[in-house]
Amino acid sequence: MLSRRVFVAMTAMAAAIGFGSVAQADALGDITARGTIRVAVPQDFPPFGSVGPDMAPVGYDIDMANLIAEKLGVKVELVPVTSANRIPYLQTNKVDLVISSLGKNPDREKVIDFSAAYAPFYNGVFAPADFVATKPEELAGKTIGVTRGAVEDLELTKVAPADTVIKRYEDNNGTISAFLSGQVEAVATGNVVAAAILAKNPPKRPELKFLIKNSPCYIGLSKEQPALLEKVNGIIAAAKSDGSLNAISQKWLGTGLPAEL
Amino acid sequence: MNYQFEFGWLFEYYPQIVKGIAITIQLIAVGAVAGISLGIVCAWVRALGPAWAKPVVAAYVELIRNTPFLIQLFFIFFGLPSLGLQLSELQAANLAMVVNLGAYSSEIIRAGIQATPKGQFEAGSSLAMTPFEIFRHVVLVPSLQRIWPALSSQVVIVMLGSAVVSQIAAEDLTFAANFIQSRTFRAFEAYMVSTAVYLLLAILLRQVLGMVGWLIFPRRAAR
Repeated sequence: MLSRRVFVAMTAMAAAIGFGSVAQADALGDITARGTIRVAVPQDFPPFGSVGPDMAPVGYDIDMANLIAEKLGVKVELVPVTSANRIPYLQTNKVDLVISSLGKNPDREKVIDFSAAYAPFYNGVFAPADFVATKPEELAGKTIGVTRGAVEDLELTKVAPADTVIKRYEDNNGTISAFLSGQVEAVATGNVVAAAILAKNPPKRPELKFLIKNSPCYIGLSKEQPALLEKVNGIIAAAKSDGSLNAISQKWLGTGLPAEL
Repeated sequence: MNYQFEFGWLFEYYPQIVKGIAITIQLIAVGAVAGISLGIVCAWVRALGPAWAKPVVAAYVELIRNTPFLIQLFFIFFGLPSLGLQLSELQAANLAMVVNLGAYSSEIIRAGIQATPKGQFEAGSSLAMTPFEIFRHVVLVPSLQRIWPALSSQVVIVMLGSAVVSQIAAEDLTFAANFIQSRTFRAFEAYMVSTAVYLLLAILLRQVLGMVGWLIFPRRAAR
């Protein structure tokens, strides 16, 4: 039975949600009026976002959030989120932007809008400079290490010629070790894993040979916010052309932005 | 229980399993023959060999018996390339199993040798046998016969332990099970099949070892 108290509470909640939507009517105006922009960032996904030595979040996404705040002339308020709750935070107007290594897919596009891509996120074949291959067909006869069951394993198995020797390791650490100890000539893995190897300055540097699957990161915004979307896209485009985004990529991923981005 | 068993993948993936079984059998065949041979040499050194070699063998046996097999395998596969010794995953797996079984079996065989009555050595000497002949005919064969059941168990343990070689991408039976599991997501069925195959292999291996024992050891006349 619906008691009166519950009914009142539900009405209040509905009203609050209603206000929430109203308050969202012009997100850019709100941000400027407030003087701060609230950005959802990851804190458990290095190098995009992790907790630094002083307990403050650091990473590619945090630098991106700071860059946007700076260009908007407002202060930044970082809101740590998990990959599961980053979209709900945006939908309930707890944040203005989601900069949280967010990939684009049709389901997400139904509920939120996406900016232009701001960070590379892809699987590819990585190998030292002397390894020559520009497409899967050229892997014939070569030995490639991969983490068993990962997306890149499934994709590579589909596209590589039959006489490619694919060595499947238990986890990323096994794949990395096999590459560094020369047990495999190249690895198929994500750019984030390659960045983790590069960060250690190994004698064998994994350089991108070709892409297997590309799913770059986008900034997530609430729907129907053309002013904010245009502003954010403008900032991203400027950051790409003036090299500041490239610098962030160098800093966190060990390589510049790929041409595709 | 309302789990729906689904074994349809067996038709598509059985070559993987057959290949995995072949590699597991190859690993244990090489491992057992070379490992027991190494164990015999080490046991001889520790029981009867030259004084200078005893601490060397003792150090090897203690090192292997007091470290995990997986770490030994990683050391050989991921570590040795830094020293310029690049082994394929199968060579590394074979080497690790030989080295491992060599250490364990040497201790088992040494127990057999030390249980040989002193009178048998003396009997050998009085027949003008050389020390090697005494070891070969008087000491080793009866010693092996004494400890054969224990040694057989150790071989089976090493065969089952070989499951970890899938960690360095050697495509043994466990690798096949993991591979199928990662493609079909039928974990229960994949491991059910591999469990049954391992059980069968272990039973078969015991039978084979029993037969080898029956062939190489002198049989007492029926009383």
